[in-house]
Amino acid sequence: MSWIDIGALEDVPLRGTRLVKTKLGCIGLFRTGEAEVFAASNTCPHKGGPLNEGIVHGRRVTCPLHNMVFDLETGAAQGADEGRIETFPVRIEAGRILLDVTALARSAA
Amino acid sequence: MQKLVVIGAGMASGRVLEHLFEADPDAYEVTLFNAEPRGNYNRIMLSPVLSGEKSYGEIVTHDDTWYGRNDVTCRFGEKVVAVDRARKVVIGENGEVPYDKLVFGTGSSAFIIPCPGHDLPGVVAFRDLEDTSAMTEASARPGAKAVVIGGGLLGLEAAAALRLRGMEVTVLHLMGHLMERQLDEAAGYLLRKDLERRGITVMTQASTKEIRGQGRVEQVVLEDGTVLEADIVVMAVGIRPQVQLAKEAGLAVGRAIQVDAQMRTSDPDVFAVGECVEFEGHLFGLVAPLYDQAKVLAKTLLDEEETFAVKELSTKLKVTGCDLFSAGDFAEGDSREDIVFRDPARGVYKRLVLEDDRLVGAVMYGDTADGNWFFSLIKDGTDVSGMRDTLIFGPAYQGGASADPLSAVAALPDDAEICGCNGVCKGTIVAAIEGGAGDLPSLRAKTKASASCGTCTGLVEQLLAVTLGDGYAAPAAQPVCGCCDLTHEEVRRLIRAKELKSQPAVWQELGWKTVNGCHVCRPAVNFYLLADWPLEYRDDPQSRFVNERNHANIQKDGTYSVMPRMWGGMTDANELRAIADAAEKYGAAVKVTGGQRIDLLGIRKEDLPAIWSDLNDAGMVSGHAYSKGLRTVKTCVGSDWCRFGTQDSTGLGIRLEKRLWGSWTPHKVKLGVSGCPRNCAEATCKDIGIVCVDSGYQIGVGGAAGMDVKEVERLAEAATEAEAIDLVVAFVQLYRENAKYLDRPYRWIAKVGLDWVKAQVLDPEVRAGLIARFDISQSVYQHDPWADHVQTRRAAYAPLADLSLEAAE
Repeated sequence: MSWIDIGALEDVPLRGTRLVKTKLGCIGLFRTGEAEVFAASNTCPHKGGPLNEGIVHGRRVTCPLHNMVFDLETGAAQGADEGRIETFPVRIEAGRILLDVTALARSAA
Repeated sequence: MQKLVVIGAGMASGRVLEHLFEADPDAYEVTLFNAEPRGNYNRIMLSPVLSGEKSYGEIVTHDDTWYGRNDVTCRFGEKVVAVDRARKVVIGENGEVPYDKLVFGTGSSAFIIPCPGHDLPGVVAFRDLEDTSAMTEASARPGAKAVVIGGGLLGLEAAAALRLRGMEVTVLHLMGHLMERQLDEAAGYLLRKDLERRGITVMTQASTKEIRGQGRVEQVVLEDGTVLEADIVVMAVGIRPQVQLAKEAGLAVGRAIQVDAQMRTSDPDVFAVGECVEFEGHLFGLVAPLYDQAKVLAKTLLDEEETFAVKELSTKLKVTGCDLFSAGDFAEGDSREDIVFRDPARGVYKRLVLEDDRLVGAVMYGDTADGNWFFSLIKDGTDVSGMRDTLIFGPAYQGGASADPLSAVAALPDDAEICGCNGVCKGTIVAAIEGGAGDLPSLRAKTKASASCGTCTGLVEQLLAVTLGDGYAAPAAQPVCGCCDLTHEEVRRLIRAKELKSQPAVWQELGWKTVNGCHVCRPAVNFYLLADWPLEYRDDPQSRFVNERNHANIQKDGTYSVMPRMWGGMTDANELRAIADAAEKYGAAVKVTGGQRIDLLGIRKEDLPAIWSDLNDAGMVSGHAYSKGLRTVKTCVGSDWCRFGTQDSTGLGIRLEKRLWGSWTPHKVKLGVSGCPRNCAEATCKDIGIVCVDSGYQIGVGGAAGMDVKEVERLAEAATEAEAIDLVVAFVQLYRENAKYLDRPYRWIAKVGLDWVKAQVLDPEVRAGLIARFDISQSVYQHDPWADHVQTRRAAYAPLADLSLEAAE
């Protein structure tokens, strides 16, 4: 595990999102609760919609382009839709958001 | 062809005509008089119209097409002055009509307590659409108070509906408990508790002494000295048959027009039907016997044999959540025995009254599922001695059948009446289902079951389920989304009635099944809250679609389009230069839009604050091309330049845009102002379109030129520009306060009716209220979001972190 500090929790609004750029594409950060953040691929597998622009509800996000809904815990598309987004380990420590970059390396391999 | 004249277009006479045309369309040439300026509508559905659950359009039973198809000569809005039986003519205000047969369907009027002040404006009955509109109007003022006199069926339905509209409601009832003719004390108590839980104040043994007010009702004073404030007083103490005309015509009249079992009056060519009828000493107020009479009269008119008889009646209250049922006679007596069941925790009460081993009465509160089964036992006089021990538990417990919710319906005999209004029994419905009517609408069309008051809809659906088995899929009661069971209209009403001012309050109080909604309900709830509570609630960006959150339109590649406002489509060299510079600097594609503005496409999200800032510097603000709010006001050059222009259409467009911009609405709103009827600004297919003429301004609303194409309908004509602007602002606010989220104005108008919209906007007092509320909202929301975001949220448009330069280990 290799945790990198990517920013302050308060910079992500409640039920809001932020974007992290990586070599392998964009990762969305989704703040689902006061002290709960998920990280997942920001690209909708349907038509490439930017998931960080979607509405966050419960532990899910709805793609802004065509309303495909993803479970942020598993990355699985909900309802009748099929598809999956990659999820990444993230944790909160002393008000900072930490992302595990080994997972990024692994997904590159 | 014989001539038939019908006086009064009510529910009974309408039903007579239906039966008549069905059986023999060529038997009569019909003339229909109605004092109300409209045709037949379903009067018992005025409660849901009052509460806002239905619109007037939905309760019309016969429209112009129907009258036209059946060649009915309609004389609506015309009073009948006299009937000359010797010459066989009906004398209307506009002339005479000869008849071969005449039908009185004059109905009844509300009984108004003749106390001092009963004739003040603001004292209404609850009989017709005018009353309903008066009440709706009164409820529009915030904190308005209503006093309902009379705690019977009608009074309580009015009270519940007014409460749903957010009024403070007090019910005054002369007797010791509510609905004393249908309920016993225990059920009356439970009903009172339920009503009080909804915030309705109930005062029993309350006798009205006087109504006071300066030019309009202000207070109600009781015999015991209590004084109640009131903006409106609803009298629902009873009805009085309208018999004056019949009396003057010399017909036999007792308490009402006396008829025989064929509905014939003392004159063999004159008939009567409905609430104006007296038969064997009985008067009639509920709809079921009226429909029976209609059936009999239609046959009589066709020279067929049929006899009317008085039947047992059952009653249900049409107040959502107050479940009560009563049938038969439940007065106590020496020879009578009671079986009572109570479950205080659930608020359930059931009482059966037996006489000589037969059921003679039933009162139920809280759980009325078995009501129809008991009612058929009463009507059939079934010997119940064999099932007495388990009788009160209902049909599911007879013969050891399981407690399946459908088994109660399955156990009903074929002749059990399901639809009391239309007298449709189970056998008829089952036969229709087996004959191919596989859903509610087709079943209603075929049998009329559940097509009147609708309280038996659940039973009819259960019959569909029982008969078709798995083949029947119950229609979804269109809730907002899967998160809740309520419709948009219910959510709006409850937000107001329960004064819910935050999203968590809505989720908790209205029983949301998810933690915090979803992408369907959150934007809707967010809008409803900010529209109703502009000062208390704050717009939640996280409940907005991306375009409204980022104040730009997302494109298919994830870039955005940026469109500054051009007031009324006017621009100048300075603005054009700034737009050209921005296009070059940010690599935008440039498109001239249909709304007379310039669109800059292909802007990256990170660049949005910068391009906004540049455009702000040139004096431009957001064009809200992305919002459910005011978009553009398209104009022509008007009297400034055009040789045909009659008024300053450009100036009016600019002034309208400056007044309306920034407001959130249920869906987008586009305006157009044309300077003359040549209509170069295409104003007649806008949500609001103004066409200037020499004498002023024609204001049309509800146009569309998208998925649907529709011409505007005329809202009003204004003589001055200030008046035109007032009317437009009031219309927009009415739309903001009442429409379902994502309904464009034309869809909303189709639901509530243009007449209602006009009545609101054209009433000076209501209009002033709407404008005042709009201005309060604008004090919060009319500011440039671009400037705001440039200053306070700039960072949020950039990625939180950029790891693309770091080595992934």
